[in-house]
Amino acid sequence: MRLERRTHTSTKLVLTAPVVAIFVSLSISGILIILAGVNPFLAYLEILKGAFGSKLAITETLTRACPLILTGLAASVAFKARLWNIGGEGQFYIGALVAAAIGNNLLIGIPILLAMVLVMISSMIAGAILLAGPAFLRLRFGIDEVVTTLLLNFIIILFVGLMIEGPLKDPFAFGWPQSVPVDRSLRFSDLIPSSRLHNGFLIAVFAALIIWTIITKTSFGLKARATGLSPKAAAFSGISLTKTIMIVALISGALAGLAGAIEVMGVTGYVTTTLSPGFGYAGIVVAMLAALHPGGVIISAVFIASIFIGADAMSRATGVPSFIADVIMSLSLLAMLIAIFFTNYRIKK
Amino acid sequence: MSVALEIDGVSKSFGSLIANNSISFKLNNGEILALLGENGAGKTTLMNIIYGHYTSDAGHITVSGKRLNGGKPREAIDAGIGMVHQHFSLAGNLTVLENVMIGSEPLFSRKSDQKTARKKLLSISEKFGLPVVPEALISSLSVGEKQRVEILKALYRGAKILILDEPTAVLARPEAERLFKTLRDMTKEGLSLIFISHKLHEVMSAADRVAVLRGGKIVAERNTNESTKEELAELMVGRHVERPIRKKQKFGKIVIQASDIFMKNNNKTELDNISFKIREGEILGIVGVSGNGQASLGKLVSGMEKASSGRIYFYDQIMNNFSPRDCIDAGIGRIPEDRNSEGIIGELKIWENSIIERLHEPNFTKRGFILKKPSQNFSQNLIRDFDVRGATTETEARLLSGGNMQKLVLGRALSIKPRLIIANQPTRGLDEGAIAAVHEALLRVRSMGVAILLISEELEEAVGLADTLQAMVKGRLSEPLTAEDADATQLGLLMAGVWSKKP
Repeated sequence: MRLERRTHTSTKLVLTAPVVAIFVSLSISGILIILAGVNPFLAYLEILKGAFGSKLAITETLTRACPLILTGLAASVAFKARLWNIGGEGQFYIGALVAAAIGNNLLIGIPILLAMVLVMISSMIAGAILLAGPAFLRLRFGIDEVVTTLLLNFIIILFVGLMIEGPLKDPFAFGWPQSVPVDRSLRFSDLIPSSRLHNGFLIAVFAALIIWTIITKTSFGLKARATGLSPKAAAFSGISLTKTIMIVALISGALAGLAGAIEVMGVTGYVTTTLSPGFGYAGIVVAMLAALHPGGVIISAVFIASIFIGADAMSRATGVPSFIADVIMSLSLLAMLIAIFFTNYRIKK
Repeated sequence: MSVALEIDGVSKSFGSLIANNSISFKLNNGEILALLGENGAGKTTLMNIIYGHYTSDAGHITVSGKRLNGGKPREAIDAGIGMVHQHFSLAGNLTVLENVMIGSEPLFSRKSDQKTARKKLLSISEKFGLPVVPEALISSLSVGEKQRVEILKALYRGAKILILDEPTAVLARPEAERLFKTLRDMTKEGLSLIFISHKLHEVMSAADRVAVLRGGKIVAERNTNESTKEELAELMVGRHVERPIRKKQKFGKIVIQASDIFMKNNNKTELDNISFKIREGEILGIVGVSGNGQASLGKLVSGMEKASSGRIYFYDQIMNNFSPRDCIDAGIGRIPEDRNSEGIIGELKIWENSIIERLHEPNFTKRGFILKKPSQNFSQNLIRDFDVRGATTETEARLLSGGNMQKLVLGRALSIKPRLIIANQPTRGLDEGAIAAVHEALLRVRSMGVAILLISEELEEAVGLADTLQAMVKGRLSEPLTAEDADATQLGLLMAGVWSKKP
């Protein structure tokens, strides 16, 4: 038995990969559900119902998918250029914190739409700067960005904790550790009435469209892809690696920062240290399941969101701990990595 | 003479492609047989069948009268077949001895018997005239030495028949000659050898017999002393191929002039006080064993690395600080030394590779957006003009064969209407047909007044194409020698590093 590089990877195969990966992860998770004493088909049916079974469920799933789309885009842009941004979580938090800080009362008197844009741009800049540092260290000194971005996550979350206990503490929160709120007027209005789904979702989808356009239609996109595929050949053909990777870092960081801003402006209104149930990390899974395709990111974000939303409902109905959602997500990442390998290689006897 | 290895009617297809079509030949004991053929003729497939990597669809293989079942490398090794691949399979972080022992020891023994192994290795090394230091780390060895370790590894496992796949692809001429001399001596110790090659001169000088493979079939078998290079070339390609011939012409203005260039990298002097100039319509050939600074010279004039001191002029512009982009803008077309890692991005499509050097041009981009149609048309023209076969603009570039990939790189370099071309090992690994195409293209632009820097380890190529020759040895460059004055002795002396400081 040996592996052989495929000469051609068909679109069908590319689309099959995530389906197979998800199937495999559900099968393995099914064993765990059996161990928990529940029929896995029943459990999955409950997850499906919990995620899509009612109008409320669907809006909840899409609300959860919103930040995942953006952090997924952040990861996929960076990974395309082989910039391993594991810091989506930190960039998300810094974006959220900046949104609360600026959106609290600094922008009073400015037209609302403009003020909202300013808040989002500030968060994007914050996220971009946060990734620019590690990117610079990698380009200038060869310091591995996996380590720096990952560790920055913890620093930023602790920093957020410091801020919301200190200068940005909400004085009206009865002592709860939460930040000052974003001004009511700067909150997103509902996309669907009487649900938590807000207009920020449209921004996330629009962002996917823009990123897709950049990657596939622009010369910068080609440069970024070339840099990711073969830095040596890219440099030889006159592409500045430093400039390309730096811009990629700014885009990626900005997207994750935007995710934080939109979550605050759309859902909670303020920041706590538990604002994100791992949106930054889940973004990596979202990007990989989508094979880094910006359009696919939307679908895979909805999938991951549905697992988490559905798992809560399933847990209430069957008693299987909702942690099964983390298991499914992690397994689907592993299965997807293997599936991606087999879209490029095949087994030969 | 007794037969060491017999191939009888071996066939193998991959889908609709017939890689080997009923191949039969014999290898006698103590003989060197060359398997000559162009890229894609089926040489490597055949070797993989003999070694048991592939199972043949039909036919069989007999070693010293014993028929092999096929399909298992272990069986081939036990029968005494050893294989030296083109790309070495050695672990760089292990010693020579450890690499040799890998695979011939039981997997789950408590400790390895290095002492006995070392003794055995040294005795083999002495017997066959292949000196090694068993304790040396593989990563510290030169390419030639690594190859020696590969051969020793096969011998250590008791090989009586050695198969070498393109053994000189990674070696410089003198190293290659040394290798063939060693192989010759080894046959006196009872070994039989097959080497795969597409280089005519080494087949003629090193082999006793040659089997020519074309389109998956053996088209001819000859004793080398009864054949000629010309005949073999024709048999191999299937038609008459001639390398184009350079005509004398007048040179124009000086295009590039480098004086007193030094380049240091991590305290190692890569380029040691070199000077050269090339005029319009002139080809300067840099000859010499590669690894003597050729790579650095190529990078220097391609904008990839900077000189530590000295000056380079491109016309009257100082180009010391040129980036690759500046080079392209100035009209310097570049053919990189390694087309796979520098020239082409395999996962990108051919049209994307075609325009990647020119993304800033209004012909191909507008406000940052790629103009796809014009880009594809441009790429289509490159494919047509430079005879890139087996591809459309939408094909991933990695699927091109080496020759066609090089034609694409060449076409791209020439498409910027260059005034200077840097051709670094432009025909490395190409077959005769592709070599002729590359040479022809270079001579064509030369006749249009383009200056060309040709860095080549193929002496024949450099002497055939260049108007002026300079030898590179240990980072130094000899005084220029006109092609007319370059006889074998002169060149030999230059390449050995013997030249006076001032002529």
